[in-house]
Amino acid sequence: MSLKKVHDDQPKDFKFSSDNLKKAEEILKKYPEKNKKSAVMPFLYLAQRQNNNWIPLAAMKYIANFLSMPYISVYEVATFYTMYNLAPVGKHFIQVCTTTPCLIRGADKIVKLCKEKISPKENELSKAGDCSWMEVECLGACVSAPMIQINDDYYEDLDEKSAKDILDSLIKDKPLKPGSYRGRANTSPEKKQTVNGENHA
Amino acid sequence: MPKITINGKEIEFEKGMTVLQACELADVEIPRFCYHEKLSIAGNCRMCLVEMEKSAKPIASCAMPAAEGMNIKTNTPFVEKARKGVMEFLLANHPLDCPVCDQGGECDLQDQSMYYGVDKSRFVENKRIVKEKYMGPLIKTQMTRCIHCTRCVRFATEVAGVPEIGAIGRGENMEITTYLEKAMESELSANVIDLCPVGALTSKPYAFEARPWELKKTESVDVMDAVGSNIRVDTYNWEVKRILPRLNNDINEEWISDKTRYSCDGLLKQRLDVPYIKKNNKLQKSSWDEAVSVLVEKFKTLNPDEIGGHIGDMVNLENALSFKKFFSVIKSNNLEFREKNFFIDPSAKSNYIFNSSIKGIEQSDLILLIGTNPRHEATMLNARIRKVFAQNKVPIYSIGNPGELTYNYTIIGNKTDDIKKILSKESNFSKILSSSKKPMVIIGESALELRSGKYLIEGFKKFLKDNNFINKDWNAFNFLPQNASTVGLIDLKILSNEEDKRNSFFEKLKNNQFKLLYLLGSDNLDIKKNNEFIVYQGSHGDRGAEIADLILPSAAFTEQNGLYENLEGRVQECKKASYPIGEALEDWKILNLILKALGKNENLLSFDSLRKEVLKSIPNFSKLNELPYFKDCELINTSPYFESEEINIKELDYFFTNAISRASKTMSECRQIKYSSKKTGTDNL
Repeated sequence: MSLKKVHDDQPKDFKFSSDNLKKAEEILKKYPEKNKKSAVMPFLYLAQRQNNNWIPLAAMKYIANFLSMPYISVYEVATFYTMYNLAPVGKHFIQVCTTTPCLIRGADKIVKLCKEKISPKENELSKAGDCSWMEVECLGACVSAPMIQINDDYYEDLDEKSAKDILDSLIKDKPLKPGSYRGRANTSPEKKQTVNGENHA
Repeated sequence: MPKITINGKEIEFEKGMTVLQACELADVEIPRFCYHEKLSIAGNCRMCLVEMEKSAKPIASCAMPAAEGMNIKTNTPFVEKARKGVMEFLLANHPLDCPVCDQGGECDLQDQSMYYGVDKSRFVENKRIVKEKYMGPLIKTQMTRCIHCTRCVRFATEVAGVPEIGAIGRGENMEITTYLEKAMESELSANVIDLCPVGALTSKPYAFEARPWELKKTESVDVMDAVGSNIRVDTYNWEVKRILPRLNNDINEEWISDKTRYSCDGLLKQRLDVPYIKKNNKLQKSSWDEAVSVLVEKFKTLNPDEIGGHIGDMVNLENALSFKKFFSVIKSNNLEFREKNFFIDPSAKSNYIFNSSIKGIEQSDLILLIGTNPRHEATMLNARIRKVFAQNKVPIYSIGNPGELTYNYTIIGNKTDDIKKILSKESNFSKILSSSKKPMVIIGESALELRSGKYLIEGFKKFLKDNNFINKDWNAFNFLPQNASTVGLIDLKILSNEEDKRNSFFEKLKNNQFKLLYLLGSDNLDIKKNNEFIVYQGSHGDRGAEIADLILPSAAFTEQNGLYENLEGRVQECKKASYPIGEALEDWKILNLILKALGKNENLLSFDSLRKEVLKSIPNFSKLNELPYFKDCELINTSPYFESEEINIKELDYFFTNAISRASKTMSECRQIKYSSKKTGTDNL
């Protein structure tokens, strides 16, 4: 299973929920009528949110009709951007950053853990606990490398032990809290020093 | 005009040109893959890099607007290096399987890598592989060869008007595909094969048939519809291997329809090669002597008035004239060429041609379709209408519902009453029409089959004339015939000028008054056979031959020279590319055989004299391949018959309109896909 290949098992229909329909109309207001197809990206995002974090073909068709654009154009956009999932992902969707700073700080160990605990291959649903994982490029949190993203939350400053704890908690469906696992508040310095009455790292 | 320096030579160029176009003006060749004159500019292949003064980097000439005082160099080591670099990247993932690639010998990548590339590759990694995509029965894909020029994507979106091809994924994973690998729903789909600069999209029916240098190329014209697209017929010995478009900006630009391109395999199948005679209710092989003598015996026993002749949809002018002469020798007046009884006024040329001309569509600012579906009746003309719709946003209206036409249009009614309202200025549309500058009214055969057909023609002529839309510079009145032979046959005066005599053929046919019916390549006539003796003279064992008692085999359009007149009244020559199969002969030669047997040796025909007479008898004729000159049409004083009728546009079985396309395997595959996709509709994702 790859997230960029169309999934075999597709739902028949898709429609925005009434909440999302309101949101969609809000989004449309941002663009002039003749350029309404600009809304395709936020729409795809809404659809992904609504449909358990992946976009079925029916949703692409629905959006294409909504914005009067050809199906293939929506399909092009959906396949171009990596953050649109075109196949089901786990309820806990783990994205492991493996770009250079995280890799230097040991992201490969987290990948190894994912392979052991969740599934041997990327983008495969785990047998237990409804999880899936994938490697991603930089998530922009290099200051607290290595890090992973689980659904919407960042888990930072990880090491082998904390990563293992987090994965275990996901499998038990009782996820731990997001944030730094070395006790940092946001990205503040770890060891505060007071020099001449001023704070220094 | 602004000036630009190219390789030290200063030339003038028109404002709005790109550097590449300016280079072409200076006769400097720039290699390119993604750039195509008829498509929008993409600028993604980077092959057209040139050096520009004051620019540190080379520029893509196809996307750079030319400006006053630019100094462009295309022959420096800098440019050479840039081209070599681009070529190396393009070839990095290209499979280099030229020996098994159908594009070999006419491949842009092959040619340009010979001229501009390096002879060695430094790429030692694995090449990428892309799975083959299904694109319908006409297009064979080998997507590993694709260099992502996106010409096919732009063609489908811009020219064909069916945005179904796209590029999915990105970077190394980018792939060109149709939406979910469906067949393209367009009559122009196979043009992407010509556009593809590499062997990624090649012709499925022509796969591994021949190499381009083995083929004999003959420049000819198409007879599948009345547009008269310019084509090139490629033959290998007797066989017509393929048909390609020929550039003619006045008619088909660079495209042809799928029917034009792929009906050619029908020329090899179901052919009539020897005369057949029906004996004991069974058609049996015979000889020319026997067949002609049977026919002559028949002629001798019959009254001339009991003999009817019908000329088919793909008969050239010389053969039609010889047939007309033959009928005057046997003293019969019952000649007809229409397949259905639609109204035609043969008294003036502008009554029955497409006066605005196909190129003229680009100047028009309003188009009104009446009872016609140009997408199926004249595909290339429809492509031109789509072009003005896309480029100039020309409003298009229709009376009657033609279905999907690849552009948006407004239906303003489907009854003759709606037309009456327009003509009597009661409708809002009358104002819209009369306030436009260069409108076009296109009347189809479906509308003229109505009893109010004459009213339509005369009414619109009067309306347009009153608004000064019919003059030397612009003639807004257009008739859209469906068959290649129609306009020419009207010119040859097959139809009587007197109106009441014009329909006698259909009446006699309906009442089974003919004892002998002579079909000259005519397969689409609706005949309820009673006791008639039917003679079919044609190339294919199709509907006409099915009901015939005597079959005389003749040559198809690719096997003889002949003139055709397209819907604009443009006379074009169809050239002999192959020779008739078996004992088949050209139509006029067969008629000569019969004339000889009848003992009318003084009436024998010759091709040269036929052609001379054809050219002499065509009214308003100016020159071969040119439009006829303008002659004002006259209005009638009486008001013609009117009746409230509904305008139903008769749907054509697009892939099956004539004997050749019905014999073609490719066409029947296309047809099957068209109908099977209709059945399931669009609900299956």
